[in-house]
Amino acid sequence: MEAIYSILEWILPFDFIEYTFMKNALIAIILSTPIFAILGTMIVNNKMAFFSDALGHSALTGIAIGMVLGITNMNISMIFFAVIFALLLNFVKNKTTYGADTIISVFSSIAIALGLAMLAQSGNFNKYSSYLVGDILSISNTEILYLFLAFIAVIVFWYFTFNKLNILSINTTLAKSRGVNTKLIDNIFVVLIAVIVMISIRWIGILLINSLLILPAASSRNIAKSMRSYHLLSVAFSLFSGIAGLIISYYWNIPTGPMIVLISGVIYFITFGLRKLVKE
Amino acid sequence: MKKPVACGLHCTKINNISVKFGKEAVLKNVNIHIHCGELTVIIGRNGAGKSTLLKAILGEVEHTGNITFMDIKENIAKRIKIGYVPQSINIEKHMPTTVYDLFASCICHIPVFLKKDKKIYQEIKEHLKIFGVEKLIDKSIGDLSGGELQRVLLAIATKPTPNLLILDEPVSGIDKNGTKDFYELVNNLKTNYDMSILLVSHDFELVKKYADKVILLDKEVIKEGPPEEVFNSLEFKNRFGKE
Repeated sequence: MEAIYSILEWILPFDFIEYTFMKNALIAIILSTPIFAILGTMIVNNKMAFFSDALGHSALTGIAIGMVLGITNMNISMIFFAVIFALLLNFVKNKTTYGADTIISVFSSIAIALGLAMLAQSGNFNKYSSYLVGDILSISNTEILYLFLAFIAVIVFWYFTFNKLNILSINTTLAKSRGVNTKLIDNIFVVLIAVIVMISIRWIGILLINSLLILPAASSRNIAKSMRSYHLLSVAFSLFSGIAGLIISYYWNIPTGPMIVLISGVIYFITFGLRKLVKE
Repeated sequence: MKKPVACGLHCTKINNISVKFGKEAVLKNVNIHIHCGELTVIIGRNGAGKSTLLKAILGEVEHTGNITFMDIKENIAKRIKIGYVPQSINIEKHMPTTVYDLFASCICHIPVFLKKDKKIYQEIKEHLKIFGVEKLIDKSIGDLSGGELQRVLLAIATKPTPNLLILDEPVSGIDKNGTKDFYELVNNLKTNYDMSILLVSHDFELVKKYADKVILLDKEVIKEGPPEEVFNSLEFKNRFGKE
């Protein structure tokens, strides 16, 4: 850790970097924004924005269940519940013939309601309300380690299965004809999203987590012409809004999460305006 | 490029395929023999189970029964390679997936978000040339016309050369001439390559002209045989009225 700190201080000779919490926050952003950007490309391609949103909401239930069961490490109970929630949602979504968005909405509402009810009943709501908006400055070394492991997992998964995911998003039967184990790949994909969302929720917050998954990829999709530029731009937008958001929030005294999302939003509208220019 | 011509010595057998969705039987004991060098066409009304049959053959829906592929010359069963052309795909205008991205995803493991692989790029270009669409290689698949997209999908389905080529003909998006071109292309594949072709079709005129064998499906095989026989049958007239 010390070595990374001194590298950061050397690269960024600004006063904000002197604080350990700022260094930690910066490392967290550098690790998490690229994975959000990468996963986002396929979430947007598969029109799963609502799905990942519901997944974020399930964090509340995860916390509540963890609390009832007396689990001290909230990350574990959140991840555990979110993985089950994601797999269940995926299963139900594939089974039903009518609108997936209705099913997702039902699951999402129940997850929030259950979480709120359980937390309020036990009188712990205030203690955990910080999860709604998140707090990046309180991120710990353990959490950075989690992020690092998730970062590696996503890169490895993406390297080995991206082509399969890509065919799958175009047509399931086509993927099947190419020997892709469609259900397995799809399930691993949603489990990864669940894990990443849960370990990031403490610093970005339940309310805003989905925008980190969707906005960079959606912005990139506006102007990208191939899978290469789609990925490159998505990662670039995500990193830029993350780092810029952190720095601006430090000087202007604005919460970091909202600041990052606001910058991502501005990028989205700029690329939206450029769309016609670039693509036609 | 000289290609091997159909030898008539390979045979794909679809044995006793049944599919149930809950309690409802969608397909009942479907048996079909397909020989290489033959164009077998499946026709049937909406909801007759045509697409389900294709999905069962590809293993996407749960079913009973099996598919065997025999090399009659060597008299051994082999693992079947199936190429598939979907009826429609999930695309949007200007989406950032190029023809190369989709094609390379299907034939190689190097992830397409990395730098283009020159060798594979050339290989894909060569293969697209057979279908006259090599110029589209860097175009977004969302920006192709219906006919262009179908050619690209056909090119993907035939690399590597499959034993069985399954085609689900699109219902919309392609004009009359485009459909005719498509049948002409399929006919060329049939004569130039050693593969069996199974086509789900809605265009009876063209089926009459090109098909070697027609299968009328309505949850089960109702009638099968040469086109004129099936089209003149009572079973056909009962389902489609006057031709």
